[in-house]
Amino acid sequence: MTTCDKELDARGLNCPLPILRTKKALNDLTGGQTLRVVATDPGAIKDFQAFAKQTGNELVESGEANGEFTFVLRKKA
Amino acid sequence: MTTKKLAIIATKGTLDWGYPPFILASTAAALGYEVQIFFTFYGLQLLRKSLDHLKVTSLGNPGMPMPMPMPVLLQALPGMQSMMTVMMKQKMKSKGVASLEDLRNLCAEADVKMIGCQMTVDLFGFNPSDFIPGIEMGGAATFFEFAGESDICLFM
Repeated sequence: MTTCDKELDARGLNCPLPILRTKKALNDLTGGQTLRVVATDPGAIKDFQAFAKQTGNELVESGEANGEFTFVLRKKA
Repeated sequence: MTTKKLAIIATKGTLDWGYPPFILASTAAALGYEVQIFFTFYGLQLLRKSLDHLKVTSLGNPGMPMPMPMPVLLQALPGMQSMMTVMMKQKMKSKGVASLEDLRNLCAEADVKMIGCQMTVDLFGFNPSDFIPGIEMGGAATFFEFAGESDICLFM
């Protein structure tokens, strides 16, 4: 597991909170830094792909284990 | 890349129908959109300082999932609407769905512009102090000033 500059626990939150919290967390980072998000909302998989595509923040990792979804985003430079 | 714009007209004043405008507006703002919501008629209820008075109703809403089948006349009994509202709020909380107040705050923090319909305020005799601070009042022309240049325009 790669180390990230910031971690966000979005477990138990439903749409659109994981995305909104992610956006907020990214605001605290500088370009190139990474954020790891853990979520349980099954809609998050598609939403994080869409979020990355539309905002230009890169989705570096996307995985699932034991009903939890993990995403690593790299903030746009 | 030019900023995309989302314009929403919110016309409903129930707990359930309060969600779509605030969910879409906050998400669009997170995606970098410039967002305006025009609250008109019953939608103005969503701008009241407290949202505790908002309710859900199964009346005229046969699509609402019920815990048990219930004749419509029973659903109209006193107290039923309040009971359904309490149950809906509990369900939302247990599923990690944000409260309307939280979503509205997130919209405000993300600079979503909220405009109340002046005509509706006059019509129902609302007091401007009933509403949250930071909103503007305007009319149809005010809405079109932004909506006419929007990429997405939704009526809810």
